[in-house]
Amino acid sequence: MTESAAKKLPRIAINERLCKGCSICVDFCPTDVLEMKGSCVAVKNLEACTRCQLCDLRCPDFAIQVFD
Amino acid sequence: MSTTVAEKKEKVSVPFDYNKYLRPNKLPHIWCPGCGHGIVLKAMLRAIDKAGLDKNNIALVSGIGCSSRTPGYVDFNTLHTLHGRALPFATGIKLARPEMKVIVVTGDGDALAIGGNHFIHACRRNIDITVLVFTNATYGMTGGQYSPTTPLESIATTSRYGNIEPPFDTCEMAKASGATFVARGTAYHTLELEKTIHEAITHKGTSVVDIIDACPTYFGRANKFKSATHMMEEIEKDGTVNVKQAANLPPEKLAGKMLRGVLHKVEGPEYCEKYDILIKEKASAKK
Ligand SMILES: Cc1ncc(C[n+]2csc(CCOP(=O)(O)OP(=O)(O)O)c2C)c(N)n1
Ligand code: SF4
Ligand code: SF4
Ligand code: SF4
Ligand SMILES: [Mg+2]
Repeated sequence: MTESAAKKLPRIAINERLCKGCSICVDFCPTDVLEMKGSCVAVKNLEACTRCQLCDLRCPDFAIQVFD
Repeated sequence: MSTTVAEKKEKVSVPFDYNKYLRPNKLPHIWCPGCGHGIVLKAMLRAIDKAGLDKNNIALVSGIGCSSRTPGYVDFNTLHTLHGRALPFATGIKLARPEMKVIVVTGDGDALAIGGNHFIHACRRNIDITVLVFTNATYGMTGGQYSPTTPLESIATTSRYGNIEPPFDTCEMAKASGATFVARGTAYHTLELEKTIHEAITHKGTSVVDIIDACPTYFGRANKFKSATHMMEEIEKDGTVNVKQAANLPPEKLAGKMLRGVLHKVEGPEYCEKYDILIKEKASAKK
């Protein structure tokens, strides 16, 4: 079994229709999982996600949620 | 793997299902990128969910302003009224339907400038209404004029050389006017805000929560903030301190900071109940 298969990764759901690219989630993510790609957020490093939910809690636009 | 269902449930992080309370076809909302109003709306929905309220028994009432657009996005009984007049409409609803949970969402301009008189009198009556004041220290909707909460020296479109009018302390005013629950929160401290709003909506009597949030488009730009994040860090995080922590801090650490958390909570006779008693007394006296 490979290492990535052993460690279950979260799923970060980004709603591109709703994201306004404010960068709040990127700036406050404690483990630098996210990045801006043009005017929308994107996942840069899923492995580092701790499922802390801060990105969702501070997103003003209902545009990002993290599922286990 | 031998984790039981219960253990698994503990571990799994399930994000909050906002769609339960939204009118999804109304999104995206009109607010600018990084506007704090969306963060406050989300905290309010989680607080309402935690209180277990029936959404058909909630009336969400607003005046006019960016913040006052909130009712348009949620699946409650909603009323978007006139600038400054959310509280008179809310008072009418509460008197006609006292069993309803009535929540007012209002801007600092809506509640404290044009609606300032309604605000103090709602507090004075101690009518069972929750008032959530979205305090972004500006008139966002009309282009960034200064409001009654704009700090001294801040730049607004109507104070190009710095504001010379001292701001209101919304919480002090609410308390002095008679509100029986007074608290402050910020969009940055979103989980604490959820708890505070929950406590406000479960309190009987007029409950006021002053909510500091950001208008990056007008207040932010005019006052040289780099981003919404910058505003949240400087104004909401560094500019406030929780009232419980404040008790152990020396005065120099509290200078210039606003207090967060529940600042005043007392029991008092509620307006609709007093009204009801009076009506019953007079009706039975006639017989
Ligand atoms: C009677 C009346 N006067 C003035 C206005 C113009 N007006 C619309 S919104 C607003 C201020 C809104 O500020 P606030 O309540 O703080 O809301 P924000 O947009 O900052 O969320 C004003 C002056 C109006 N709509 N009606
Ligand atoms: S859940 Fe936490 S760690 Fe994961 S992306 Fe969001 S803010 Fe970053
Ligand atoms: S906080 Fe929300 S709207 Fe802002 S960039 Fe992140 S997902 Fe997009
Ligand atoms: S103008 Fe200011 S208050 Fe209005 S939506 Fe934009 S950021 Fe929010
Ligand atoms: Mg305002």
